[in-house]
Amino acid sequence: MITVIAARELRGLFLSPLAWTLLAVVQGILAWMFLLLVDDFRELQGRLASLDNAPGVADLVAAPLFRVAAWVLLLLIPLLTMRLFSEERRTGALDLLLSAPVTMTEIVLGKYFGVLAFLLMMVALIALMPLSLALGAMLDTGKLLAGILGMSLLAAAASAAGLYLSVLTIQPAVAAITTMGLLLALWMMDAASTVPGMTGDLFGYLSLRRHHDAFLLGLFDSADFVYYLLFSAMFLSLAIRWLDDLRLRD
Amino acid sequence: MDEILAQVDQLTRRYGEIRAVDEISFTLLRGQVLGFLGPNGAGKSTTMRMLAGVLAPDAGHIFINGFDLLDQPVQAKRALGYLPEQPPLYREMTVEEQLHYSARLHGLSRTASRQAVVRIAERCGLTDVSRRLVSHLSKGYQQRVGIAQAVLHDPAVMVLDEPTVGLDPLQAREIRSLIRELGQDRGVILSSHRLSEVQAICTHVQIMRAGRLVYASPLADLEQQQPSTRLRIGLKTPPLLARLAQLPGVEQIEELGEGRFRLHHAAGLAPHQALVEQASAEHWGLWELTPEQASLEQIFIELILEPEMIQ
Repeated sequence: MITVIAARELRGLFLSPLAWTLLAVVQGILAWMFLLLVDDFRELQGRLASLDNAPGVADLVAAPLFRVAAWVLLLLIPLLTMRLFSEERRTGALDLLLSAPVTMTEIVLGKYFGVLAFLLMMVALIALMPLSLALGAMLDTGKLLAGILGMSLLAAAASAAGLYLSVLTIQPAVAAITTMGLLLALWMMDAASTVPGMTGDLFGYLSLRRHHDAFLLGLFDSADFVYYLLFSAMFLSLAIRWLDDLRLRD
Repeated sequence: MDEILAQVDQLTRRYGEIRAVDEISFTLLRGQVLGFLGPNGAGKSTTMRMLAGVLAPDAGHIFINGFDLLDQPVQAKRALGYLPEQPPLYREMTVEEQLHYSARLHGLSRTASRQAVVRIAERCGLTDVSRRLVSHLSKGYQQRVGIAQAVLHDPAVMVLDEPTVGLDPLQAREIRSLIRELGQDRGVILSSHRLSEVQAICTHVQIMRAGRLVYASPLADLEQQQPSTRLRIGLKTPPLLARLAQLPGVEQIEELGEGRFRLHHAAGLAPHQALVEQASAEHWGLWELTPEQASLEQIFIELILEPEMIQ
């Protein structure tokens, strides 16, 4: 049942101009970024040759590209998730799901995986850019894969948060803005990690960026992996609870 | 045919201080079409939403096809087809895709859905528009898609909230006969504010006022038990009221203006014969003679409007 709902969600995205526009804009911005990075790398290449253990394409092109991509994703994901529940609650289309023989968990997960599938396509398209360098350069595939995994996990976490906030309100714009605010706050939270003591550690630990950075360096730490999984699971279970409660409150 | 398809016990729902639905109970048997009547805000839609599992009740129980809607929602909903006030449609999908999705959601396999969609599209007159986008359809067609969606998976119980709203008279008549046909071998609960519609489709009628069930009866009883006790007449040159009052069996006379009168008489003692003879003998110029059936409308108005006028 989850796949039926997810498939419709994904189809619905591609039937609206929003998804195509987002894909085009993201590809446009990042392609330009990518060209600049490749150009820089070409100029540096001569000097790098004389260094031992010099940084490669993965460090100088892929990592900075993924860093920008993370930012762009954080700004765009709220626009994708805002419609998930808000709009359907407003138009009454949600009644179809609520009166169908499916559980709240299936509804939430179906919609979540629908959006996630779209985001993974976007991540794949972004990853194609540095991968294309394999035609003419030695690529550190490990580092590249870590970066792709990091970006995918970030997308999974951000869309879970966006889904939860779209259950809370019937105004899609409100859902988008609160999601954007929450994601940016969590992203930049590690700026407060300089505060001495426990508080600083806590802020640092909660930050989305702190956990993402490790992936960009090519490090795969299971703690980071689990952080993203827990983050997503928490928002999804909150959304399921809230959706169930809506039937009492509406 | 006495199989109970839906049972509602002491159902209550509050919105803040207001009791939108106040301890209502009823049962629905196979073969019944139950019509809910009531003024706006009487709690009809709230009751429907609770029956469909979209809204949770504050107290009470709902059993659909033997399953408790609160404890075993998935099993209960499998036997349920629901059309809310606003048909739940995705505007960006075609009619075919919408129906296919709904069928799959209700557990039909891919091939079974495809067959069901073709069958139901034909039955609801949607074959010609099956490839069009839902958002491009008129309100009437959207309503038909909503109804098609509610019957697609062949549910035992159908809950239809104002099914013919927005349809033109011809479409409304088609949908009514569709509902009557579907109601023969399942249970249908529908709400309406059109009395004639309930009279035309339903086997049972329930009237709600301020969240309470104030009247419930099979429609057949209504027609049999309440024989006509009123006669409306029109006279070109009416005599004095006292003269009319002398007609046998007449208990009370209302003057309606423009030569029209309403004669109230004892049940079974309609003064047709005497009236026609007198009118012809004394040249009253009789041009209308209509027995007035104790209609649903009278009961509705007595139950709904009069208490409000007293307040």
